[in-house]
Amino acid sequence: MAPLRFAVVVFPGTWSDHDCQYSLAAVAGQDARLVWHRETDLSAYDCVVLPGGFSYGDYLRTGAIARFSPVMEAVVRHAEAGKPVIGICNGFQVLCEAHLLPGALLRNESLQYRCQWVHLRVENTATPFTNLCEPGQVLRIPISHGEGRYFADAQTLDALEAQGRVAFRYCAPDGTVTPAANPNGSERNIAGIVNEIGNVLGMMPHPERACEPLMGGEDGLLLWRSAVEWAQVRA
Amino acid sequence: MSTFLARVDITLKPTVNDPQGLTIRGALHSLGFKEVQSVRAGKYMEIRVEAATPEEAEARVTEMCRKLLANPVIEDYRFEIEEAK
Amino acid sequence: MPIDQPALDVIALSRSEYELIVEKLGREPNEVELGMFGALWSEHCGYKNSRPLLRLLPAEGPYVLTRRGEENAGAVDIGGGICVVMKIESHNHPSAIEPYQGAATGVGGIVRDIFAMGARPIALLDSLRFGPLAPGTHIPVAHGPSHEPARGGGPEPRPEVYAHNRYLFEGVVAGIGGYGNCLGIPTVGGEVVFEHAYSANPLVNAMCVGVAPADKLISAKAEGPGNTLMLAGADTGRDGIHGASGLASRTDPHARFEELRPAVQVGNPFLEKMLLEACLDLAHNHRDWITGIQDFGAAGLTSAAVESAARAGTGIVIDVAQIPRREEGMTPYEVMLSESQERMLIIVRKGHEPDVAALFERWEVPCAVIGHVTDDGTVRILDGDREVAALPVDILSEAPQYTREGEPAPELYDLQSLDLASLPDSASPGVGALLAAPGAGVGASLAAPGAGGQGAANEILLRLLASPNICSKRWVHRQYDQSVLSNTVEQAGSDAAVLRIKGTPYGIALTTDGNGRYCHVDPYRGGAIAVAEAARNVVCAGARPVAVTDCLNFGNPERPDVYFQMEAVIHGIADACNALGTPVISGNVSLYNETGGRAVYPTPVIGMLGLLDDVTQRCGMAFANDGDEVFLLGSLLEQPVASLAASEYLKEVHGLIGGRLEIDLALEARVQRAALAAIHQGIATACHDCSDGGLAVALAEMCLAGGRGLDAATAVLGARVDAALFGEAQSRIIVAVPPDRRQALAGIAQGMDLPFAYAGRVTPEPRLRLGPIDVSLDDMRDAYEGGLERALTS
Repeated sequence: MAPLRFAVVVFPGTWSDHDCQYSLAAVAGQDARLVWHRETDLSAYDCVVLPGGFSYGDYLRTGAIARFSPVMEAVVRHAEAGKPVIGICNGFQVLCEAHLLPGALLRNESLQYRCQWVHLRVENTATPFTNLCEPGQVLRIPISHGEGRYFADAQTLDALEAQGRVAFRYCAPDGTVTPAANPNGSERNIAGIVNEIGNVLGMMPHPERACEPLMGGEDGLLLWRSAVEWAQVRA
Repeated sequence: MSTFLARVDITLKPTVNDPQGLTIRGALHSLGFKEVQSVRAGKYMEIRVEAATPEEAEARVTEMCRKLLANPVIEDYRFEIEEAK
Repeated sequence: MPIDQPALDVIALSRSEYELIVEKLGREPNEVELGMFGALWSEHCGYKNSRPLLRLLPAEGPYVLTRRGEENAGAVDIGGGICVVMKIESHNHPSAIEPYQGAATGVGGIVRDIFAMGARPIALLDSLRFGPLAPGTHIPVAHGPSHEPARGGGPEPRPEVYAHNRYLFEGVVAGIGGYGNCLGIPTVGGEVVFEHAYSANPLVNAMCVGVAPADKLISAKAEGPGNTLMLAGADTGRDGIHGASGLASRTDPHARFEELRPAVQVGNPFLEKMLLEACLDLAHNHRDWITGIQDFGAAGLTSAAVESAARAGTGIVIDVAQIPRREEGMTPYEVMLSESQERMLIIVRKGHEPDVAALFERWEVPCAVIGHVTDDGTVRILDGDREVAALPVDILSEAPQYTREGEPAPELYDLQSLDLASLPDSASPGVGALLAAPGAGVGASLAAPGAGGQGAANEILLRLLASPNICSKRWVHRQYDQSVLSNTVEQAGSDAAVLRIKGTPYGIALTTDGNGRYCHVDPYRGGAIAVAEAARNVVCAGARPVAVTDCLNFGNPERPDVYFQMEAVIHGIADACNALGTPVISGNVSLYNETGGRAVYPTPVIGMLGLLDDVTQRCGMAFANDGDEVFLLGSLLEQPVASLAASEYLKEVHGLIGGRLEIDLALEARVQRAALAAIHQGIATACHDCSDGGLAVALAEMCLAGGRGLDAATAVLGARVDAALFGEAQSRIIVAVPPDRRQALAGIAQGMDLPFAYAGRVTPEPRLRLGPIDVSLDDMRDAYEGGLERALTS
């Protein structure tokens, strides 16, 4: 099968673009292109990646300015067509600001930036990015953010839980979800969620940084491989 | 003793570079709000304090601003005080 | 125009310097011209007091691509068509006044130096010095060569001093993270040291490392008369005027706090990120459009323009009316001296101006044509049609140089003659514990409650592991993105950070080192040790040391004792660099780090670059396998009492500073070669430098990193147990090897005529047993991991 075509969107201030492209192309063997935020057509791509960084310097609110970039209309069309979209870190923040995902990401409870490895329990294995994971599998992946505390009102949280839309939770190495394993004070230890039909995933941790043993781990590669598997099943 | 509400604005001093304001101005321009000439970003706080008189409340809030709320190296502050219900 | 003293004071020029200007020009300079002289003839830009000494440092080497001082940073060829570009720079004075912005703009400045060369910045390191965060560490002795006795020491500082130190520390760390994280450049290492000598004068030294294809390096020369000067980046405001002459070039900026407020700059990391991407696009994809790129650093447009013209031997014309302003009503003087951040001077080949403008437009970075290159060797500043300055480039760019007479402070003799042999051996079971109680004051040695015999050495070890200078700096590092760009193989907290170079098998190892306390008691050996230790650290990661960037922090050089320190430290660095084959390819000098006549410790910070031909051949410090045998290379375990000189143990336990340092550079070179051989031959499974806190602390760190214990209960520690455990003798590297490789290690050591000693064996049982020491990993981890947070919250 031909490699999957990934659009890695670059907003002004994005910095995980090269990491996403490298892990998708050089490590996972897929076709990954950097797409400048002024692009308005993403129809040539199978999958859209909104990478991490500080789009527009995180000024005003994280993701608040980037969501008005020209490319976002194409991202919305891509999502509405049921094709996979993943927002990582700042990309998650952009997806929330653009109302493609519910809730918001607030300043870490510690009020400090946090860069560290965390453990994630996979809560939903039916998404394009987690279908190769085992239910309850624990992934080891780094975070790097100052504003990653997931917040939504209780009603929204209950709905997310009821619909199985929590994709990842911060957990201890053995998979138990504990307050101590929560690095930023996220509601219910939520690290990633999907939209109603499950094709749009937002997550704070950086899977693209955990794709090679030399970088300290390769659990992140499971997400890219899942996306490929998902496309193959549907081809 | 009464309770007073202080509404405090912290702004960057006029000559201090405000990257946030400049970036917001750029975003407003690109959204079509071409009439925007400048944006200066700041912080707003509401502080409830107990004091005997408005003068005492004002003096205390001034001290708070000087000591903690504003960084005198780069920021100015101003506030209004009213008696809270 | 007669000049008065207040006018000279504003720009920090002396009367005799003014007279020299008049003599060289053959006329009086006008106001704008005088401002430009003030900036370029400042200590910060002109290196008036240090340049003659800096010539002592070796600059040449087989890999070196740049001439030191001729470009924005130094570059070395690492093979495979790739070069590494690096530089370290201080932002001490701005950080003292506004720690967040001072540190943030320090990062911004050093990063611009790297991408101005056409290199992509891939790593930041920060070497930081503050006053102590909390009482409890003793106030051992004189802060800098002032007039205090070598023993005894000063009174306990007021609580506000600690609060202020915490404010500075937290602000600086947040500022470094705030700027570096936003740029997407990982902060992979550095140091944080706390000493009273830095209480009023924190040191913030930032190092940046970049990589570029060797054929894409960009020069900082304004070449080709007729070519166009374009300014890209931020609009120009009044911020930072007189930063170079005011903040960084004279004593006591704090006394003039109010007055210097306008000198604080606020950084815009977002704009810098866009400027970075645009400049790299230009350098890598459109090399033929430009002839050079020059960063706007201290003294802003004045230094950028004059230095780039001076390097090319050309002249320039700049029209200040063309420079985009952030504020109304700025005078030409203010525009020329503004230190607004995030600006670059681009020297564009005639005809390519629209191409360059379109490129910056694509990256959403403002840019403007502001002038052109000429062939008359003159810098001309216009304000529209009016000429406001016209000065010969060579006169402006050649600041006077001063060679002074250095003289050691009388206290230096007292420090060095401290009688270590008369101190009780607090770690010896026979002697029992003589621990100074926290806060007990200076030189006080009190029996620790319940301690004595076996327990004393344990307690000393735990206390050293918890001391802010030795304990884990995780509280700092986790606030920095350490892994963005996917190159970081070994993060902060190891001997050295290791990064891979994508597309090659290579790796680079990076570290910063420099012990101000050592330099305080012995500036020459302290300087040499800074280099030796930095090299040893990259060796322990498996890398060959190849080049140095240095940041030299001192007090007021006009004082003979400070000048003596400078001279001696630089001689020490030079000798060590020659002995270890590591040229100094870039650097920075920061003087006048003193307040009220109290200088900081003389503090050279050495940034070291090491190369690994194969990044998978790196080595870490974690004990990797149960049963591995642990050896000390370079020395026997037992040490003379002299090795306690200026050690953490001496300071923490006995409340003293002093003694004589020793370093044998030939031995150092052999130890490093031996350790590298052990790593590259696949013999070593773990490797760690023996430094602050001595053998016991180094072994404890190896246990903690690997989650394994060590049984060295029968180790031969000699007559002075404290010296063997906690002495800081140089040129020692701990190596762990599998049992069947001990002969191979012995062969390497004997082949290089090196002393070495067996220490013990790695065990699954989580305890460190080392002579009288017997402590659990949990206790050590608690002390080590929590040390900094306890100091911050106490």
